[in-house]
Amino acid sequence: MPTDIPADSVGLIQPQSAFFEDALPLRCGRSLSNYTLVYETYGTLNADASNAILICHALSGHHHAAGYNSIEDRKPGWWDACIGPGKAIDTNRYFVVSLNNLGGCHGSTGPMSQDPETGRPYGPDFPIIAVRDWVKSQARLADRLGIDCWHAVIGGSLGGMQALRWSIDYPDRLKGCAVIASAPKLSAQNIAFNEVARQAIVSDPDFHQGRYFDHDTRPKRGLMLARMLGHITYLSDSSMREKFGRDLRTGKLNFNFDADFEVESYLRYQGENFSDQFDANTYLLMTKALDYFDPAGDHDGDLARCLSQAHCRFLVASFSTDWRFAPERSEELVRALTRARRQVSYLEIDAPQGHDAFLFPIPEYVALIEGFLGSLANGGTA
Amino acid sequence: MRPDLDYIERWISNGSHVLDLGCGDGSLLALLRQRKQVTGYGMEIDTQNILSCVRQGVDVIHQDLNEGLDDIDDQSFDTVIMTQSLQQTHKPDRIVEDMLRIGKQAIVTFPNFGHWTVRSYLALHGRMPVSENLPYTWYDTPNIHFFTFRDFEVLCRERNIKILERTVVDRNHQANWKISLMPNLMGEIALYHITR
Repeated sequence: MPTDIPADSVGLIQPQSAFFEDALPLRCGRSLSNYTLVYETYGTLNADASNAILICHALSGHHHAAGYNSIEDRKPGWWDACIGPGKAIDTNRYFVVSLNNLGGCHGSTGPMSQDPETGRPYGPDFPIIAVRDWVKSQARLADRLGIDCWHAVIGGSLGGMQALRWSIDYPDRLKGCAVIASAPKLSAQNIAFNEVARQAIVSDPDFHQGRYFDHDTRPKRGLMLARMLGHITYLSDSSMREKFGRDLRTGKLNFNFDADFEVESYLRYQGENFSDQFDANTYLLMTKALDYFDPAGDHDGDLARCLSQAHCRFLVASFSTDWRFAPERSEELVRALTRARRQVSYLEIDAPQGHDAFLFPIPEYVALIEGFLGSLANGGTA
Repeated sequence: MRPDLDYIERWISNGSHVLDLGCGDGSLLALLRQRKQVTGYGMEIDTQNILSCVRQGVDVIHQDLNEGLDDIDDQSFDTVIMTQSLQQTHKPDRIVEDMLRIGKQAIVTFPNFGHWTVRSYLALHGRMPVSENLPYTWYDTPNIHFFTFRDFEVLCRERNIKILERTVVDRNHQANWKISLMPNLMGEIALYHITR
């Protein structure tokens, strides 16, 4: 509840929605006969539609990236720190588009939507969506908004994978591509974490093979565990130590199995909160999209060859304490890009926050994004 | 503009693919891009320098050169450049070898520790030279491997590196007759254009 909306906020924002009647063929072989995308926009599209920036969200993100949907909102959008007038992604200069991806649970067509064929919610029957499917649906949204070519497509984590996919599948439709705290594919360790999260959900007795709504219930405990696990991987060891240390909730050990330490109650709170707001089937889908992402797979594992299709300029950024997608993973991507002689800049930002750092307005990071976007506007290409 | 960049520009052919190791704020690459239509990258360790490259649209990769250039393919650049940084690396000989592995040619510039002011400072004071050109004390200097032009040329000979061209200048990047007569004594900065 911001009594006053801050001056550097995009202010009160109404989500919009676009309905698409043309079927969307998907990587899994199935297709969506029609679908809705919910999105928000910030700033103003210029006359030649050359100042549009697409924001791609990560695992648990959605369209509400900046500003407030209501004066009652306790918190602004998930990337408000970096989107707004005078911020890294300056809405005085750029027209910013942020959508909820297909398969999501914040308004775009997903497992909670009605399957036109059965008249029931899709639930577990919602097709498995791949990153390239998202990008295809985003391209259709761009058509709808009259945007031929994005000034830049930007994303962190799973969002970075979408940005990368844009550069490969629609090379002429973006000038810049910012891949932040991301990776060209998941490692076995990354997949392992996702699998534990999925098992936590599907083994919840309230999961009912994904048909939990038919039973008037939700696999809250499973989703909570999945989120608690995920949350640990988003933070660094040092940031957890800094935030919680071994602080005790009641000042003493209680010799029982309740939460003794602050970190335990924090994780429980985060998990609990998340499980109230997020759909379990969406969580399963999103983790699969992550696991399957491997653009080099279509090119005998040769990422450089795959990326030689791209024409845009790339910005790759990583964070020193991110172990979910460590700097080495970004460097893999940079190596492939330089091998393919693509235009790329790379910075590893010194930051204590772990993977979550990509959400923070760290000065060097803000300057990096701002500088990159500005250089695209100046036509700073070789 | 730094005058040494002018010299370097002459040694770069149009449209070549270059790598600038320790590229600083990107001025050399920006110049080469504008005048010689080069492609390629800078490598730099300092965040502020990286940011100024990015602002100019100069492609730059964050990299500690001491961690090696192993990841770069053989002969993947036309020219690899290193200006005024070789004396700051842990293994200068390995860097030079690597430059000629990944590049067809290399350009190296470095300060001459054989310059007469340096020699006489050490001889007279018995202390490590501190001057306008070498402003650091021995314990906080980034320059950890001092060498002279002659030292560098011995290294080239030992490693079968061919010196295509050499320019020796003073700190203002001017050449003069004293320098051409006694480069190792009178020259302050050398620019070498080398290949295998």
